[in-house]
Amino acid sequence: MRVLIPGIGGVLGQRVARRLLEQGHEVIGIDRRPWLDAPPGIELYNVDIRKRAAEDVFRKRRPQAVIHMATVTHLVEKTAERYRINLGGTRAVFEHCRDWGVEHAIFVGRHTYYGAAADSPLYHKEEDPPMAVTTFPELADLVAADLYACTALWRVPNLVTTVLRMVYTLGPTGHGTLATFLRGRHVPMVLGFDPLFHFMHEDDVTTAICLALEKRVQGVYNVAGPQPVPLSVVVRGTARSPIPLPEIAFRAALGRFGLPRLPPGALAHIKYPVVVDSEAFRAATGFVHQVDEVRAMEEYRNAFPVRG
Amino acid sequence: MSLLIDPEIAARVDRLEIPFNRYGVDPYGASKEHLARLFTAFRFFYRHYFTVGVEGMQHVPARGRAMLVGNHSGGIALDGAMVITSCFFELEPPRLAQGMAEKFMAKTPFMGLFATRSGQLTGLVETAEHLLHDERLLMIFPEGARGTAKLYPERNTLVHFGSGFMRLAMKTRTPIVPFGFVGGGEAIPTIANSYALGKLLGAPYVPITPWGVALPAPVRLELTYSEPMRFEGTGTEEDEVIEANVERVKQRIAGLIEHGRERRRKALAWSRGAEDEALREGEDVGTKKEEQR
Repeated sequence: MRVLIPGIGGVLGQRVARRLLEQGHEVIGIDRRPWLDAPPGIELYNVDIRKRAAEDVFRKRRPQAVIHMATVTHLVEKTAERYRINLGGTRAVFEHCRDWGVEHAIFVGRHTYYGAAADSPLYHKEEDPPMAVTTFPELADLVAADLYACTALWRVPNLVTTVLRMVYTLGPTGHGTLATFLRGRHVPMVLGFDPLFHFMHEDDVTTAICLALEKRVQGVYNVAGPQPVPLSVVVRGTARSPIPLPEIAFRAALGRFGLPRLPPGALAHIKYPVVVDSEAFRAATGFVHQVDEVRAMEEYRNAFPVRG
Repeated sequence: MSLLIDPEIAARVDRLEIPFNRYGVDPYGASKEHLARLFTAFRFFYRHYFTVGVEGMQHVPARGRAMLVGNHSGGIALDGAMVITSCFFELEPPRLAQGMAEKFMAKTPFMGLFATRSGQLTGLVETAEHLLHDERLLMIFPEGARGTAKLYPERNTLVHFGSGFMRLAMKTRTPIVPFGFVGGGEAIPTIANSYALGKLLGAPYVPITPWGVALPAPVRLELTYSEPMRFEGTGTEEDEVIEANVERVKQRIAGLIEHGRERRRKALAWSRGAEDEALREGEDVGTKKEEQR
């Protein structure tokens, strides 16, 4: 199958590309970022997904499937530019899919779109509204991109659309929001709170995306691996030290004393859990995770040991 | 192991048929260590401080989904704590009854954490359904916060029942095991509820007792379970149908409360009788001793 991956330059994009290549697929990638050590056999286009040149790739190469990972998920990018990339880019991908005969489009999103709040259900199902727009306004563009992708389910009936809401990634590459939060020696927690964190190993994340492609599943799916564990367990399991801080001190200390920088909306995610029910995805694809939570933490710990 | 954990209770926690992971945490955040500590403390209150009298334990299923539905008795969740304890100590194998806590608890530092580690989750229908799907034992008080707000004179009455539990039971085909709880009103005799103080603390209200705070007195409690009730349907029926079913459960619970009160009266009478007898025996012995002199 000829598969196009917008956002192939990211850690996850590269892993999916390699896996698909191993499986005998023809892989084409689009990214503004270079991929210097890309394996031969992967066709790369160093273009912006929102520009005309990207549409030319669709026109000339006629991919059968598209895995859209060209979203900015790290929160340091200026908001307006992020909005343009995440919303404008997603719109461009689905329009090109419609116009150039793509059969299957996969949008790779995040489980955090459901939002963390004291009155949220513990296990989110796919039908739950993504409430992160109220609890975590900095995620609003990503939530909107996810919902825009969902509209393709009825707007483009000839296109099989899969929207994946994936839990945090944890593994030796140190890629992802949770991995970045855990990078330092000390990890701040809000005193009196210890929410469940849901994560899966990057190999399993790759497997899940490739399975969604192989099984050609249509609809919105939560994707999770092992059961969630409390944040304190993740911190200790990765050989870090938790620092419980009263909420006021927590806000003041972020970005200082070697602690990670976080936007204000992220505080809800340190207090309340966001976990998902992934039964529908498992039933539709037969997905079974291979790496449990203990090994995922071990691999991260070995790849990013605490110094000193 | 912590000094606050009885090894026997820790072994009993190991027998809970719940998928704890290698860190001793279940998929809902309940922790084995925390449960062992909690039940070590609760055993004292259950067996000695309140001397809880339990009847009908055989009606609680040993496995599979079920809803324990009963009345609130007392200004704090004393009833819930003792129901959970009874399922842990009286069932073989032990079971963890999981309550649906008031939403304010999740917002309050430490309190929400304590509840989660004990397997008690925020009262949301989605969470309740997920637990039942996982074949767990759910504990529900359909009176909600209205029930714990009952004052001393209303202690053995029932206030309005919500109907969400009934719709959920019908939708998920879950048997309802009604229970009646008696004595909480005497343990925490609420003379007033301070809504202003509650607002200050982020709670619906704070119960006030003759001794000020809601610390429970050591009184006898009675807990009565009855045989499961099953309701056919999908849970999407009209309100009249659901309300009629709710009324049946309410009536059953009212009967269980009466039964519990009767048991409590007899137990207290027996206890008083035994004391009087002991006193009389003491007097007799004293008289005989005097006669011997």
